[in-house]
Amino acid sequence: MTTDDVVLRRRRGTPLTWVQGGGLSALVFALPLLVIFGVFSWLPIVRAVVMSFQKTNLITTSWVGLQNFQNVFADPLLPVATRNTLWFALLALVFGYPIPLVAAVLMREVRRAKGLYSALAYLPVVVPPVVAVLLWKFFYDPRPEGVFNTILGWVGIPPQPWLQSMTMAMPSLVLEATWAAAGGTVIIYLAALTAVPPELYDAAEVDGAGVWRKVWHVLVPQLRGVLFITLILQVIGTAQVFLEPYLFTGGGPANATVTILLLIYRYAFGNSLGGNYGEATALSLLLAVFLAVMSLVYFRLTRRWSTS
Amino acid sequence: MTTTSPLGPASPPTVLDAAAGEEPEAARAVTRARRNRKASSDDGDDRSAVSASDWRRPSVRWTLGPTHWLLLVLLVVWCVGPLLLLAKFAVTPTQDILRTPMAIFPNGIAWSNLSEAWNDVQVSKYFANTIVLAAGAWFSQILVATTGGYLLSVLRPRYARVLQAAVLATLFVPAVVLLVPLYLTVLDTPVFHTSLVNSFWGVWLPAGASAFNVVLVQRFFDNLPREVFEAARVDGAGPYRLFWSIVLPMSKPILGVVSIFAVIASWKDFLWPLLVLRNPDLQPLSVRLPSIEATTDKGVLMAALAISTLIPIVLFLVFQRMFLRGAGLGGAVKG
Repeated sequence: MTTDDVVLRRRRGTPLTWVQGGGLSALVFALPLLVIFGVFSWLPIVRAVVMSFQKTNLITTSWVGLQNFQNVFADPLLPVATRNTLWFALLALVFGYPIPLVAAVLMREVRRAKGLYSALAYLPVVVPPVVAVLLWKFFYDPRPEGVFNTILGWVGIPPQPWLQSMTMAMPSLVLEATWAAAGGTVIIYLAALTAVPPELYDAAEVDGAGVWRKVWHVLVPQLRGVLFITLILQVIGTAQVFLEPYLFTGGGPANATVTILLLIYRYAFGNSLGGNYGEATALSLLLAVFLAVMSLVYFRLTRRWSTS
Repeated sequence: MTTTSPLGPASPPTVLDAAAGEEPEAARAVTRARRNRKASSDDGDDRSAVSASDWRRPSVRWTLGPTHWLLLVLLVVWCVGPLLLLAKFAVTPTQDILRTPMAIFPNGIAWSNLSEAWNDVQVSKYFANTIVLAAGAWFSQILVATTGGYLLSVLRPRYARVLQAAVLATLFVPAVVLLVPLYLTVLDTPVFHTSLVNSFWGVWLPAGASAFNVVLVQRFFDNLPREVFEAARVDGAGPYRLFWSIVLPMSKPILGVVSIFAVIASWKDFLWPLLVLRNPDLQPLSVRLPSIEATTDKGVLMAALAISTLIPIVLFLVFQRMFLRGAGLGGAVKG
């Protein structure tokens, strides 16, 4: 067969046949991806692993074994930061998990101006995070004339210290973070709710189910998958919280809002005399392993559910 | 979990199927939603838990109706309220903002806040920086995503599988890990040994390394009809022409989604430009606003915040459907 011969010869290939077969133009298209991912993604990932076993001052670099990890674990701030990050994640779940779900279930039943509801809910998500934080920082003004304290005054509640109190600082950060993020969660739930097969409602109605029983026995079971996905996405997101503690409180008062990412930032960039890059990467690797496990669970579950 | 839902015949590939690999649950949700809408088009509305006959029952109407109004009021107060306050503060004299923040213009309107912010605090300059940064980040993301997607989906050289695995693998690496090593890479780039610190390139180039974009575009290309490509090849179109005149024009929907998210993400970005752009003359609004916060008059600061929010809000209002559709896919996988 002559065609087979051609194919075979092309497979074996000399540089000339490679060019004629489109190898060169394929390489041209591969170039942006190879260069950008190579330099700004693959190389830094490898470097992160290498650097966590090294000490560097940007001029000389030496291997230090597990010293960086030992230093990280010896830092008295690590348990504080871990506790704070977990506290942030827990509060974010309490504030930002059930309410969007209830809102989405109600919004699904809206008959007029549905788009208005979802647009309103999503609006805070497009506000630049820095703007949102600076605006809320002003809302949290602890003087009696502060925005939130004025509103509390209307219902007879005395002024609160907000960001300046060790106990209230973290919930205040989470409240703002929830304001900024909840719209996205609502839209994810709405997409999942639209996906419930209508046959299930028909079947439930034939069986004589009322509204509540349809919500409880048809809707909620159908949402189990997406509920778990948003849970994992939220844990992954909150574990990397940086902007709120950095801009609102800088970690204070008395380290009450120091998070793991803030600690990493301080190791690497907080010292004007030169960063402790080894310890920073060591800690970020530890956090990454935890997050990788979470996202692995996430990917496996989404795959399983999409094939079932 | 076993969702044994009686699914109809597969619907034709849509934009949203493009991301099926990324967010199967949500993407599936949207396709199914379409199908549902089609299936129930006879009764004029898509199906939800409360049916038309339920709505006719007074008990349902008198609880759900007011609940919806209440929800609308809550949404306006909670989601739009802070932004309305921001808009009000932007044109309120500083004294009034500090003394009576909730009063409605007790001592008149201070339009001067806006001009002072734009000119004296040089918001105009940082605004321009923000736009230039967003434009460059958009270009590098589009370039890498389209050429990469074309290579992996259409040209498919033998090394495509390895490349694809290497791109996908980066989705599992959280951004935290990259922070320090990426900074050191930008400080001293390999081969050229130049520093990209205090250069827009230091923000533009790393933005291109988005695995999510590549996968999104590639899945979309996968669903384009191969017959068109064959026809173009028969007519003598080479790989470049096929890319520029056939594939790109057919991909406007996905390019729109990638573009919107690229611009918004760049507008929101804070930590990376903070590290790379140390020179205040180069910094975007997001980096500059916190550093002028303490030294700027409250009224002027609020005007600056309002100006920074304007473009994203306008983009959202214009491209609402694209935003909500993208968000329905679960948003970008934040790594």
